[in-house]
Amino acid sequence: MTSAPYDLTAVRADFPILARPIRGKPLVYLDNGASAQRPRAVIDAERRYAEESHANVHRGVHTLSQRATDAFEGARERVRRFLNARSTREIIFTRGTTESINLVAQSYARPRLGPGDEILVTHLEHHANIVPWQMVCAATGARLVPVPINDRGEVDPADVRARLNSRTRLLGIAHVSNALGTVLPVAEIIAIAHAAGVPVLVDGAQAVPHLRIDVQALDADFYVFSGHKLYGPDGIGVLYGREALFESMPPWQGGGDMILHVSFDGTTYNELPYKFEAGTPHMSGAVGLAAAIDYVEHIGLEKIGAWESTLLAYAHERLQAIEGLRVIGTAAHKAGLVSFVVDGVHPHDLGTILDEQGVAIRTGHHCAMPAIEFFKVPATARASFGLYTTLDDIDRLADAVVGARDLFR
Amino acid sequence: MDLKDLYRDVILDHNKRPRNFGVLAPPAIGAKGHNPLCGDQLTVYVDLVDGVIRDVKFEGTGCAISVASASLMTEAVKGLDTAAFARLHARVHEVLTQHDAEVPADLGKLAALGGVREYPARVKCASLSWRTLESALAGAHNAVTTE
Repeated sequence: MTSAPYDLTAVRADFPILARPIRGKPLVYLDNGASAQRPRAVIDAERRYAEESHANVHRGVHTLSQRATDAFEGARERVRRFLNARSTREIIFTRGTTESINLVAQSYARPRLGPGDEILVTHLEHHANIVPWQMVCAATGARLVPVPINDRGEVDPADVRARLNSRTRLLGIAHVSNALGTVLPVAEIIAIAHAAGVPVLVDGAQAVPHLRIDVQALDADFYVFSGHKLYGPDGIGVLYGREALFESMPPWQGGGDMILHVSFDGTTYNELPYKFEAGTPHMSGAVGLAAAIDYVEHIGLEKIGAWESTLLAYAHERLQAIEGLRVIGTAAHKAGLVSFVVDGVHPHDLGTILDEQGVAIRTGHHCAMPAIEFFKVPATARASFGLYTTLDDIDRLADAVVGARDLFR
Repeated sequence: MDLKDLYRDVILDHNKRPRNFGVLAPPAIGAKGHNPLCGDQLTVYVDLVDGVIRDVKFEGTGCAISVASASLMTEAVKGLDTAAFARLHARVHEVLTQHDAEVPADLGKLAALGGVREYPARVKCASLSWRTLESALAGAHNAVTTE
């Protein structure tokens, strides 16, 4: 495939920021793994909400409050369909992936953990799927156990099986590695964990922009993601959870909206999903997220995934032809991102030099220090693709990397 | 903005062949510096005799800006007493951060760090070694972090 299975030129025109020159050069935006850009449809949906429908949700009898409630609950239904959840009672709006994981750590894991219990994660997790578990382990005396990765950056399901035991209380696992691009065999791993009676949280932050997610087919217990990596707004994210698990969990934060009745003798909590949504939620964010889901589904996640596979293959070909460049993370099944290092050029210098060419990449440890340190490098450069990335973008990336290498010769 | 203003020949040279790279044995004092954002880690060793920097070395890994800044620093501070180091540190800090300040002619090779101020994200890289040496001189054995 040498051209995208959708009209790439038209799609690019939907994203106003792509037309803005950066340092006098046309922008090549290859930092989608950190945050994707927003199409006009998302920007307009948020603006329309503010201009036409804004008030607080679930509170007023007046018209605008009802409109805001309809918009917010409509967004929840949109997310439910996107994930193929059974019910909107299983869809909680949060600030993002990080908050979703912290909610599960504090409300699901913490009350169930005691000294000697174990939580499993993998060696390639983002810090957001490590640190919340370390915090509950510190509070309860439980242990956080990492499942190893191989030198291609893959997780072998057999290694998960080998670490499950009668003390394992939860498995937290990335669907796609943000640092290496590995797509993990989550359905297989979930089946293995379930056979041992262990529930699974899947960190889908890097997966939702690239793969069609069906939480029922995956049989995930919790699935979490952020709006801003899916071409939606920042500050909004999702926690999917099985209804029976949510019912068994106490609220995490207390406040308005999550109650039915409050008195100083005691408080009755609201039903799902409101039990986990204390305070005024990010209503315009939810509306924007729903617009983003409409946008990617209108193009089609299968088509987006197919195009990103083409981009990935081309990027590997162009980058690996550069003398002194090493790709970090060479899993057989990868999503659209490439982490790499170049002999003699520190990733941080590479990032500055590429920026001068209008090429935006991420450099550093990508909030996944154990994964990066596994490859015995202090940092990597990471180019991550989006649905609007072109083959020309990859050429400009590769040319700029060659220029950087030559500057440091 | 021209990249060659940031990556001047002096910077590239000191990155490729850092001066005074290595370890000083005790009683020299060592201090560690860490820039968590980019993973730069370096240790600065200083042999302080009667309040004068008799020798200084550094080791570690980092980007070109942090390695070159450390290397240039080790050349510039030998023989200075702690008060003179503090004055030089303050002047370098100004060169790194003051957008419109004139780079003083008497700074010598350190003037090569003048391109950094156009790149605010890189100021931490250039200042890490200086803050680490400051901490070593203060006898603080705690790691310096730029965050």
